[in-house]
Amino acid sequence: MSQTKFKASQASLGRGSTYAYKNSLKPASVIRWTLLFMGGILMIMPIIYLLSTSFKWPHEIYNLQIIPDEPTLDNYAYVLEDGRFFTWFGNSAIVAICTTVSSVIFDSLVGYTLCKFEFKGKTFVFIAILSTLMIPTEMLIIPWYTMAVDFGWINSYWGIMFPGMMTAFGTFLMKQFFESVPDEFLEAARIDGLNEFQIWWSVAMPLVTPALSALAIFIFLGNWTAFIWPLIVTNDPVLYTLPVGLTTFSVEQSVEWELIMTGAALATIPTLIVFLVFQRYIIRGVVMTGLKG
Amino acid sequence: MASVELKNLTKSFGKTEVLHGIDLVVKNGEFIVFVGPSGCGKSTTLRLLAGLEEATSGDILIGDQLVNNLEPKERNIAMVFQNYAIYPHMSVRKNIGFGLRTSKLSKADREKRIDEVAEILSMTELLERRPVQLSGGQRQRVAIGRAMVRDPSVFLFDEPLSNLDAQLRTQMRLEIKKLHQDVGTTIIFVTHDQVEAMTLADRIVIMKDGHIQQVGTPSEVYQHPKNIFVAQFIGAPSMNMLTGKQVKTGVQLDGGPLLKVLPTNKTQNSGNITIGIRPNALTLAKDGDDVLFEGKITIVEPLGAEALIYVDLGYANVIAHVPGYTPPKTGEMVKLTAPQQEIHFFDTESGLTLRQD
Ligand SMILES: Nc1ncnc2c1ncn2[C@@H]1O[C@H](COP(=O)(O)OP(=O)(O)OP(=O)(O)O)[C@@H](O)[C@H]1O
Ligand SMILES: [Mg+2]
Repeated sequence: MSQTKFKASQASLGRGSTYAYKNSLKPASVIRWTLLFMGGILMIMPIIYLLSTSFKWPHEIYNLQIIPDEPTLDNYAYVLEDGRFFTWFGNSAIVAICTTVSSVIFDSLVGYTLCKFEFKGKTFVFIAILSTLMIPTEMLIIPWYTMAVDFGWINSYWGIMFPGMMTAFGTFLMKQFFESVPDEFLEAARIDGLNEFQIWWSVAMPLVTPALSALAIFIFLGNWTAFIWPLIVTNDPVLYTLPVGLTTFSVEQSVEWELIMTGAALATIPTLIVFLVFQRYIIRGVVMTGLKG
Repeated sequence: MASVELKNLTKSFGKTEVLHGIDLVVKNGEFIVFVGPSGCGKSTTLRLLAGLEEATSGDILIGDQLVNNLEPKERNIAMVFQNYAIYPHMSVRKNIGFGLRTSKLSKADREKRIDEVAEILSMTELLERRPVQLSGGQRQRVAIGRAMVRDPSVFLFDEPLSNLDAQLRTQMRLEIKKLHQDVGTTIIFVTHDQVEAMTLADRIVIMKDGHIQQVGTPSEVYQHPKNIFVAQFIGAPSMNMLTGKQVKTGVQLDGGPLLKVLPTNKTQNSGNITIGIRPNALTLAKDGDDVLFEGKITIVEPLGAEALIYVDLGYANVIAHVPGYTPPKTGEMVKLTAPQQEIHFFDTESGLTLRQD
């Protein structure tokens, strides 16, 4: 109804071809696109400024021009020649890869157990794991820190990584996804003589690859960009992760924003790669499960 | 190949007992079909046999070995599930070979065995495909192949055909029967389709509410059902049942006439009798026949060379399965008769048969 009225009023203006295109737009979709566009701008502006700043000379960084008057690659040259960048990059990579591998394995192992096995106290364990989701990370930092001090984990990779070796969110996510794996698959494998661990690894896990990929992306990004905890648990610049290191990136007394932005721009590259690699599995996985008999 | 024996097997889930003492001996190489209405415990029995569930009490013997405490893989059985349970992330070859992963065969021997099985199931050209690229029937064949490849001593099938359309079902039914004739392995097959049961089984086990009602060859359970449940469950359409009281000269039907028929054996019974006559035992009476029933046709269902006619007798309704291309018409009055030996008698109270012989 409203659409026809809209068309009619447009037509009565009789301006011909200009309106032929607009006629296909419904008011609802105009609103939708506008909101999406505004949302998109909000998200992308900081990134555009980040990139733009990384190409600016120091004296230009406080004007909001997107295209620098005198673009330069000096910042990139500086950052890449400075040995610290690669140390921090390496630290971040070690931390993010270890926590991702560990979380994906343990989250799915625990999620699988909670989903497919019956045992005493199962509900309690599940609720206990879930309830940790309700505690904000900031509140956990103090207990983590005391733990790290007591065990002598300050200034070590393990100290940075241990809180992220397993996640409650991932456990919950995987438990939900394993619900979609029919028990018959597992029973068939049991009859074929596989032990429970083999069943989990070679039957259940391949069937949830999309979930595993999504989880891997989340956890990798989370740990790659983690800031507060690595900042607190390390005070030796050799052990800094990239986000922590970058904030201290200053040659003289002042903060060198253009260098930090350059480092941050470079730091997004691995996250893009991880995303592109795993996203393929998500799509392939969807195709596979979609056609499951 | 092996025999299977269930001794006073019971199973409870929590407080509810769903199997109440199952006793059964399956001979080596026999094709046994479990049939019964939904929820009667067929799958549970099969899963106990497979070792996927633990028996609450009773013994399970496979090939004279007590297997109660053995893991599924140690029982040397193979199971085919209703929804195939073939792995979507593996090719047909990998799926079939999956059961050999834990065997001690060399790689070459495994491949050879897979090829053999594929040959038997005529799936050789499908081996490299993924399950996604197969039809329902082909998938079920892969599932059967996976069961066959280990050369188990007993095959367990849990409603393997119920996800297939009618035509494919008939075809797969034949293939399974042929497979049994070729390999001769003991098969225990679960279905709730009595036609499948009749066509496949050496012996049928009819279950209801966790009890075995009758065990017998298809013709035994069809011709000599032990009780009203079996009589009605086996055969389609169901046996016509009419209740009445036994009197000296025959059976006085409730609200109807006196039928001059009596159970020939003198088993003690309550006097309340149910008469059962299969639809295909009822024929249109010709002159001189003893007329058993007389009534008006309410519905005619032509089936081609034969027809089902629904007859309202006034005090009950019966179905007759009559031959002929031109069945009588709706609204006509018909007289029906049946040979004496086709009439079944049951004690209404216990449901048990009062055998005529
Ligand atoms: N894991 C379980 N927990 C509790 N009750 C169960 C469980 N499995 C089966 N039952 C119950 O046991 C009874 C028998 O179930 P079973 O699956 O053996 O029936 P079935 O004869 O195979 O039926 P169908 O033809 O529908 O497959 C049912 O009442 C069912 O509700
Ligand atoms: Mg069942």
